[in-house]
Amino acid sequence: MTTQTLSPRTPGKPRSTMPREVVRRRRYGGHAWHPTLGTGLLPRVLTLLALALMAVVWLVPFGWGVDTSFKSEVDASASGADWIPKAGFTLDAYRTIFGQGNLPVWALNSIVIAVCVTALTVAVSAMAAYAFSRTLFRGRRVLFALIVASIMVPPQILIVPLFRQMLAMNLVDTYAAVILPQVVAPAMVFILKKFFDGIPRELEEAARIDGAGSFRVFWSVVMPLSRPILAAVAIFVFINTWNNFLWPFISTSDPQLMTLPVGLSTVKDSTGLQNAQQSAASILGSLPLLIIFMLFQRQIVKSVATTGLGGQ
Amino acid sequence: MASVSTPARQAAAGSRRPAATDRPRSAGRTGWLFATPFLVFFTLFLVVPLGIGLWMSFTDSSLTGHGDSTFVGLDNYTEAFGDSQVWETLGNTVWFTVLSTVPLVIISLVMALLVYTGMPGQWLWRLSFFASHLLPVAVVFQIWNMLYQPDRGMLNAVLKAVGIDGIGWLTDEKYAMWSIALVTLWWTVGFNFLLYLAALQAIPDHLYEAAALDGAGAWRRLWSITLPQLRRTTALIAVLQVMASLKVFDQIYLLTKGGPNGSTRPILEYIYDTGFTNYRLGYASAVSYVFFGVIIILSLAQLKIFSRRED
Repeated sequence: MTTQTLSPRTPGKPRSTMPREVVRRRRYGGHAWHPTLGTGLLPRVLTLLALALMAVVWLVPFGWGVDTSFKSEVDASASGADWIPKAGFTLDAYRTIFGQGNLPVWALNSIVIAVCVTALTVAVSAMAAYAFSRTLFRGRRVLFALIVASIMVPPQILIVPLFRQMLAMNLVDTYAAVILPQVVAPAMVFILKKFFDGIPRELEEAARIDGAGSFRVFWSVVMPLSRPILAAVAIFVFINTWNNFLWPFISTSDPQLMTLPVGLSTVKDSTGLQNAQQSAASILGSLPLLIIFMLFQRQIVKSVATTGLGGQ
Repeated sequence: MASVSTPARQAAAGSRRPAATDRPRSAGRTGWLFATPFLVFFTLFLVVPLGIGLWMSFTDSSLTGHGDSTFVGLDNYTEAFGDSQVWETLGNTVWFTVLSTVPLVIISLVMALLVYTGMPGQWLWRLSFFASHLLPVAVVFQIWNMLYQPDRGMLNAVLKAVGIDGIGWLTDEKYAMWSIALVTLWWTVGFNFLLYLAALQAIPDHLYEAAALDGAGAWRRLWSITLPQLRRTTALIAVLQVMASLKVFDQIYLLTKGGPNGSTRPILEYIYDTGFTNYRLGYASAVSYVFFGVIIILSLAQLKIFSRRED
């Protein structure tokens, strides 16, 4: 099933970089014909309505969280669905959170950890994927089968043994304990190998004839060709690491080492039911990824397509 | 980015042959050199803990016992197979997988089909459907815990406004698992949506044009072109989704702690409780391995079903 995921449907036909809508308008002389809709007005109106309805349903919970974060604690705990609080909107919740002072530390930890994990994972997985795609070393078939099989291991069952290992290695409550185990991403090796398999060897041959060594070929020929897939892998890994809860929660107890999701969950524990404050903390904890997504939306959507996961 | 992706994509079509390589001798050493960094991580943080876990599953190892544990053979496994809690929580896990996978596949497909029509506001639609995927679980918990409050929550207030009695979203055994599945749908549908959207964009226009020339209407094109062309993607999404749903833990642990009355407790929570609350690490490891076995069997069965259907 996954063996052909990278091949486009129309081999040899270069994909147009022009937006599809533009292409169509031109082709149909001003009539915006759409493959799934046709030219009718009614289907368009209905589609738009359905989209708007679903978007509202999906945004309401999020909006409610934002709304609550700007309420006073009394209004935030009041019953019902009042979007406009009786006592008016206030920034109190945000003031309290910034007053507690741990938020910048958690944010910094999250950034350091997510960046380190992402950089290490991409580097290590890309090199391994290249080895599996291009070289014949002894045992590669068995190893690759093992790696693919390990995708099925639920990470939760590794937690206890991993924690013991960290104790034995004397790493508990260090960045290394949080970062190193997260670098193992067999699924990413699999995705990258599939992509490398599709890069024509002729390019590498040419570089070799010019006297480039293996590492040089990898770095100057293969890496630049693989930028979209590397971006996709980096995005997946970054999102997962940023939001990872269980491992950072278990491997650190030092508040100075907590990541945002872990830190935020301790706010919840220590203060009881404080909806406005928790909502404000949640908003702040979600903002970095949301901003990144808004800025790079097109690239992210395109990256998912390049992994080949969506291709067929 | 687009200009970079084009040659590589073309290439993907051209050379799909099994890895055959040119210089076997030196390549052997280079291969190991390139693979070693990953293999070190893989061994240290996946193979070794898996091995330790497997060993622990044959011992009476406990959290309090400072490592001195005795070998008990298959005792833990015999106990696990006779433990009604194991089967009950495994049942919950499978029930959650069914409840979450079906809507997560269908609704993500509907979303992608709607967005693919190219209606104005693409940026907004994609943001609306994908943004929740970016939230950490603690935030998802915070938002839905507020919405689900039985007496003060927004959902029940809305129900009351239309004349329906409020329900105990997370406190009623009848509804708790459905509520959890609803949260999960809201939280994770965005990823499947993006996969479908990418797949839709890869369907060549000429198929539709040919069908339109033959007089096929919009519904006809949907049933005869779009859906069949998406079959592979659907298979992939279903497999990935089942694997992800079987591993459910975080949102249930935060929202209901497995309650009410154990009705939402997934097997991973049972493992966690046995290990960390009751300190029985050996037994928890054995249950982990039973569960791992179930995952492997289900995944293989699924792969088999889907690959047969494709032929």
